[in-house]
Amino acid sequence: MAANLKFAKTHEWIRPEADGLATVGVSSYAVEALTDLVFMQLPPVGKKVKAGESIGEIESVKAVSDLYAPVSGEIVEVNTALPSQLETLGKDPYGAGWIVRIRPDAPSELENLMDQSAYEALVKS
Amino acid sequence: MPAAVVVQRPSPTPLPTFETDAPPVPNQPLATPLVHWHDAHGGRMVDFAGWRMPVQYSSIVDEHLATRLAAGMFDVSHMGRLAITGAGSRDWLESLLTRRVADIAVGQARYTLITSDAGPAGVTVLDDALVTRETDAADGSPRMAMVVNASNRDRVVAWLRSRLPAAGVHLDDRTFETAMIAVQGPRALDIICGLCNTADASRIRGLGNYRATQATVAGQPAAVSRTGYTGEDGVEIVVAADAAVAVWQALDDAGAPHGLRACGLGARDTLRLEAGMPLYGHELVADSDPFAIGLGLAVNLDDQTGQPRRFPGGDALRRMRDAGSPQVRVGLAFDSKRAAREGSRVVVAGHTVGTVTSGSLAPTLGHAIAMAIVDRGVAAPATSLDVMIRDAVQPATVVPLPFYRRPAPRG
Repeated sequence: MAANLKFAKTHEWIRPEADGLATVGVSSYAVEALTDLVFMQLPPVGKKVKAGESIGEIESVKAVSDLYAPVSGEIVEVNTALPSQLETLGKDPYGAGWIVRIRPDAPSELENLMDQSAYEALVKS
Repeated sequence: MPAAVVVQRPSPTPLPTFETDAPPVPNQPLATPLVHWHDAHGGRMVDFAGWRMPVQYSSIVDEHLATRLAAGMFDVSHMGRLAITGAGSRDWLESLLTRRVADIAVGQARYTLITSDAGPAGVTVLDDALVTRETDAADGSPRMAMVVNASNRDRVVAWLRSRLPAAGVHLDDRTFETAMIAVQGPRALDIICGLCNTADASRIRGLGNYRATQATVAGQPAAVSRTGYTGEDGVEIVVAADAAVAVWQALDDAGAPHGLRACGLGARDTLRLEAGMPLYGHELVADSDPFAIGLGLAVNLDDQTGQPRRFPGGDALRRMRDAGSPQVRVGLAFDSKRAAREGSRVVVAGHTVGTVTSGSLAPTLGHAIAMAIVDRGVAAPATSLDVMIRDAVQPATVVPLPFYRRPAPRG
């Protein structure tokens, strides 16, 4: 995992990129907890979201979970290959398993999120 | 992801002892004799009907597929196991159950509903159950066993106790002094027979569907029935609670070369759904019309001579049968993996025509399936309808039940 990953309590990760956008996915912990992934719904490109708003769904055999925007912004790209290759989430959750790219409204919102060690402490508790 | 995506870690809480059928400590989940094994083998534990049970050990899909391709074993000790004995036991059940049991043979099991005459319609379905006639007692009186859903055990026992005659019938709740293990799949018979002597193995292999016998399995006395909740061949065995761990471990060891996998409640649900089998609380509820949901076989309104049988709720069930329900249970197949769940609305041209009672991805079929109760007019196989999955309109097709039938045995 790159050092600049931030995590939401709801298990999404976000990585600010050099071009000013940020990439969003879900943590390996969350993917492992889900197992049996069967379906994913991505948001439409262009959707404007507030931090904490739903940006899609991941469904396992037993349950469906919402994905939440870690920061406010506009969805500028979605990983259209992912829903038909859900195993990528398990194999490479921080790389090829990215879910959306977002243009953050306020990059300072990232400060509200946990860094990797804080997130790992949370999930271990 | 919701904040509540947390894998439960096994916690060292004290487990209730269960030498008698004394009521459990309130608010403390019950545990089967196999709970430590589940914890030690990666069981993801949840509270199911007040019992601490594994939903899965690894992957629901893997456990499901193992059962269809080799064998799966299931701890079903949470289900209620009742013993009804005494000279009047069989006749008493005959007077109470929707299914005829007066003519049930030793070693035969029958599926029945348990009804009272409560409610505005004059019948309330309390549970569905399997009744088995065991070998007669030493004094020649019949011995009957009943298996009920864990979620309904308390109220079924209360109902039955309220109907006990002054003499001649004894009702004992054997749930806590026994354990029950299901072994299901094409290899199931080979696995269980490998733990029996030649005579017992031969008798088990000779059991027809819904037939039962006593045998010694892994050195332990067991009631073995050719029954199950998966659509596969297999058995369900009942042993003493203190024999459960030994028998389960023996099955695990004997089953390993065959590909046997321990399976949790998640796979139990996907398997029974593919097999089109109802689950109380979903397809079957308190005010269900059993004929509408395809369970007429569990209701014998008349005895073998054609005379009306009298049992609680019988008059109301006869009225339901004669009136014919405007809705029926159907199977729905989707062309995506996205599952409809219990409560999803079924619509045709924007009009609500029914409700989903159970739904999931079907691991063997590779797409989502559901059972639903819908208006008769849209119930014919090949009818196209839509199911509202959250806000999305998902097309589906009516298909006959069951969704899956196991292949005929080779040779």
